[in-house]
Amino acid sequence: MRKITLDRLDEFFAAVAGKLKLYIPVDTAGGAQFQQWRAGAKMSDALNTTRSAKDFFFPQTENLMEFKTEGKKIEIIDVRRENEDFAIFGVRACDVRSFDVLDRAFLSEPADTYYQNRREHGVIFSLACSKPAETCFCGTFGIDPANPKGDIVCYKTDDAIYMEAKTEKGANLMDSVSDIVAEDEGGDGESAVNAQKEIISERMKKLPLASLSTDKFGGDKTAKFFDDPAWKSLSESCLGCGTCTFVCPTCQCYDIKDFNAGNGIKRFRCWDSCMYSEFTKMSAGQPRLTQLERFRQRFMHKLVYYPANNDGMFSCVGCGRCLSKCPIQMNIVKVMKNLGEGGENNG
Amino acid sequence: MADMKEPLIPAIGEVVDIRMDTPDIKTFRVVTPDGKKAFDHRPGQCAMLSVPGVGEGMFSITSSPTNTEYMEFSIKKCGCVTEWLHSMEVGQQITIRGPYGNPFPVDDEFAGKNMLFIAGGVGLAPLRSVINYCRHYRDRYGRIDIVYGSRSKDDLLDYQEIINEWAVDEDVHVHLTIDREQEGWDGHVGFVPNYVKELGFDTENRIAVLCGPPIMIKFTLAGLCELGFEKTQMYTTLELRMKCGIGKCGRCNVGSKYVCKDGPVFRFDQLDELPDEY
Repeated sequence: MRKITLDRLDEFFAAVAGKLKLYIPVDTAGGAQFQQWRAGAKMSDALNTTRSAKDFFFPQTENLMEFKTEGKKIEIIDVRRENEDFAIFGVRACDVRSFDVLDRAFLSEPADTYYQNRREHGVIFSLACSKPAETCFCGTFGIDPANPKGDIVCYKTDDAIYMEAKTEKGANLMDSVSDIVAEDEGGDGESAVNAQKEIISERMKKLPLASLSTDKFGGDKTAKFFDDPAWKSLSESCLGCGTCTFVCPTCQCYDIKDFNAGNGIKRFRCWDSCMYSEFTKMSAGQPRLTQLERFRQRFMHKLVYYPANNDGMFSCVGCGRCLSKCPIQMNIVKVMKNLGEGGENNG
Repeated sequence: MADMKEPLIPAIGEVVDIRMDTPDIKTFRVVTPDGKKAFDHRPGQCAMLSVPGVGEGMFSITSSPTNTEYMEFSIKKCGCVTEWLHSMEVGQQITIRGPYGNPFPVDDEFAGKNMLFIAGGVGLAPLRSVINYCRHYRDRYGRIDIVYGSRSKDDLLDYQEIINEWAVDEDVHVHLTIDREQEGWDGHVGFVPNYVKELGFDTENRIAVLCGPPIMIKFTLAGLCELGFEKTQMYTTLELRMKCGIGKCGRCNVGSKYVCKDGPVFRFDQLDELPDEY
């Protein structure tokens, strides 16, 4: 356990930023956002960032390769480079879990090396949530915000941040800045952290979504929910805007497109969304004709299909971003509550 | 980094032969720039072909794996990429990656069986690979029946090969049909599902493999069931939109199965366990 008092936090950030690129959440006009640390940057007090931390490993757009063509000949140019090491400070327990969810998709054979490269070079400072919000339901998925995973786990109190390295990568980084943030030998670390954990656990129990359960869902429930009458009313007002998929830390669908830049062709990858009609459209047909099918796909994937392929793990982490961002106030919580209840109401 | 194998980065393929098969289907022969087969595959597997600047698409490999010199793709003109492919001349380079998907179980469930292949239109393309594999290892299979139908005589894919090679093989029985009467055609006229029922195959020790438009599959399947076929002895191969080919981009799933990696080959009893969304 190491300790840095809040008045020396800048010193700590400067020391880490001296070793690798450091990103911290800062307040912006569009809410909290991860930004590269610069002297004077103030860490946001917001519970979570507007966009999730998946951007670090699975950016919204990235070049995959380039082509040069001459006559009938093609040259493929591999644009991949070894990434630089970087650290993200202040990742919440939900977003840390989202990396596990993404790992199972991107690192399963054959591994996506673009993603893998970033994962190998990223160090995660997770931060326990002392004030979970009303939209939080990570506990539903077995995530404990009092005990986040990560390379270095941090707890913030009124006057200090306590940190504990949990992986070799984390330990190496902390050792490299030990002159700034020393071991908290014989200090108040353990009792302060335990007190924090206690507070968080108590608050979690009182959250409005504390009783939301995954019991009725799981990998073997396709037949049970696919033709549920509730899909109709639940999806009726969906605009197909895709906001839920873009703010979602576990949504990983992507498109691959080519762009002719005039002096060469770039093949890039960008986020895509199962909520869009184009997503599955073929010249030969369209398997998901209406928004109902697209809407159903998104939630069946999170609650049934993903668990079927991943040892029962759900592909929602309860971060609550879709609850606060959906323009029609539809969300996975309403879906979970209404499915299998034999009704068409979505109250 | 650069020596790490990235599944999305393709190899170069060169088109060394183009055959105009029907008014809207061409068959392209592809090798690497040094004249070799790009990679080995199994019957029923697919490859991603692309035209840089236009896009990438998944196509079934129509040549048999027993052909060790090149691969062939029979492609119908119906979109941006396919239109560009149709405009190519011999010598044009494209990109190729693969193979993708689960093949037909030619050495397992199919071994020793009487084979019934049923195809409609460009649906013959994926089956040609299996048919020629079975013809190559002829003694491993029993009687082979091929029911193939198209809109017209001109729309029959691989017609010369069917007539000159398949139909003259011992114990290979070809049954062709076209949708409407046509001058110069004295063969069967009518839709594939009805023709299959008319031919009336027995189910004994037989495997049926179907590929074609969804409506043909639906009625042929019903017809075969009437003839007494079990879902466990019938196979098909599916097609959905794909981008990655490796089960990650998220769009080709039917329920929890990804057509690109768990398919494209499915047995009908396996399909029954999936939601009806393909």
